[in-house]
Amino acid sequence: MINIYEVVETNNMIEKENLDVRTITLGISLLDCIDSELSRVKEKIYNKIYEAAKDLVQVGESISREYGIPIVNKRISVTPIALVGGAACRTPEDFAELAETLDEVAHKVGVNFIGGYSALVSKGMTKADELLIRSIPLALSKTERVCSSVNLGSTRTGINMDAVRLMGEIVKQTAEYTKQDDSLGCAKLVVFCNAPDDNPFMAGAFHGVTETDKIINVGVSGPGVVKTALEKVRGESFEVLCETIKKTAFKVTRVGQLVAKEASRLLGVPFGIVDLSLAPTPAVGDSVADILCEMGLEYAGAPGTTAALALLNDQVKKGGVMASSYVGGLSGAFIPVSEDRGMIEAVKQGALTLEKLEAMTCVCSVGLDMIAIPGDTKATTISGIIADEMAIGMVNQKTTAVRIIPVIGKGVGETVEFGGLLGYAPIMPVNGFSCEAFVNRGGRIPAPIHSFKN
Amino acid sequence: MKKTIITVVGKDTVGIIAKVCTYLADNGINILDIAQTIVQGYFNMMMVVDTSNGAKEHEDMADELGKLGEEIGVIIKCQKEEIFDKMHRI
Repeated sequence: MINIYEVVETNNMIEKENLDVRTITLGISLLDCIDSELSRVKEKIYNKIYEAAKDLVQVGESISREYGIPIVNKRISVTPIALVGGAACRTPEDFAELAETLDEVAHKVGVNFIGGYSALVSKGMTKADELLIRSIPLALSKTERVCSSVNLGSTRTGINMDAVRLMGEIVKQTAEYTKQDDSLGCAKLVVFCNAPDDNPFMAGAFHGVTETDKIINVGVSGPGVVKTALEKVRGESFEVLCETIKKTAFKVTRVGQLVAKEASRLLGVPFGIVDLSLAPTPAVGDSVADILCEMGLEYAGAPGTTAALALLNDQVKKGGVMASSYVGGLSGAFIPVSEDRGMIEAVKQGALTLEKLEAMTCVCSVGLDMIAIPGDTKATTISGIIADEMAIGMVNQKTTAVRIIPVIGKGVGETVEFGGLLGYAPIMPVNGFSCEAFVNRGGRIPAPIHSFKN
Repeated sequence: MKKTIITVVGKDTVGIIAKVCTYLADNGINILDIAQTIVQGYFNMMMVVDTSNGAKEHEDMADELGKLGEEIGVIIKCQKEEIFDKMHRI
């Protein structure tokens, strides 16, 4: 039988170390909502999502009460809207109407984000894909809870550089369209290489076409728990360090597995995956950067950071994999800047630069995340940053992403406040040398040689 | 058997266990195990109870015990056993 020390340990993790289930995300296929008439598509989308998700928030809250574990977010991901709206939408404005429908139903069922305003264009863009992409600035400025993502490349297909160039402009435009809110729209827009079909985390969640009709995916977190565990092994060898992370990740993931199975049972929706990610929040003690410091770095960004992050990412996966029957999504350590107090501090101290963050993305679970840059950064420079990140993902056969916010009207040294889980960030300098002629070449970068595994 | 773990954390005072036990007895909830310890100067108690013949739903019991805790000046939590079992047992 469970003993009192185990009970106290679990409850300390929850109460003092910010252990939580970060999100229960209900994936819903909208492929059966396709219609040639826009009004009918909107109606079908609204009804399907409402029917599937009307109990989601209440079920999440009831699980939270029964087990005494906070479930921070309840969210929805849907089939990439470029596929769903393609037959009905003739203009970017048509697509933006679908975004408004998603926003409306998200408010109705009480979820805080709905992801899937997306296009998958890793090799080429259809007319519908391009219309959707061009509608993103309008869609994100007219909605509150809709998240958008675009997959621009993969190890198998190479990188669609036409789409990379376009997304540089779209990120810039989205910033302009939402400039009264410090360009907040860009915090809900992410581009990927090797995007997974079952990611429960925003802004990049969408319900992949390889998925079943409805699915429950759960994202766990717990940087504070790992940090506290490591405090007890200061000065010990890497073997001890790694074992400690592994054991902690196991415990954290088991909670995610329990919640996922329970949500699946109560909603009558199959269980998909647990995404075992260390996802920070701006709260004190909920920082991935603090884990790196606990390992022995003065600040995140100091020499040794990439190695520390690599081992953290790997041990989280090794511990988590055995704790869940199905693992997927992004799984690993997230390194968003604005959502992590330790990262913000490292930037303020001058320890962490965009270039170092790029190196860190080679070994972490995703990519350049929630980074505020000067509002006058050129669209082609943003495309260049995106292309670099896509190349890292393509060559290393991993998911990479860029969620970068050119804050209109602000420059290096100023701070931007996004609020809530999105946090705040000092604006970081960007390398000012031009990549315009490179980005404007057009076409696509071929898949790397090691993609040919047949 | 449906097991629930009740934890009480706070400053030690007279009658904490008595009050919690009275509540449980009144609601037909059987106590399977009790353990207590002092962690960092705080009184920690854990009870394993069987709620299968109890008169209350889990959520009501959790709310009422929470209120009882407020009256005594301690924190009382009610959690289904699985969260501990899954985390600490393979």
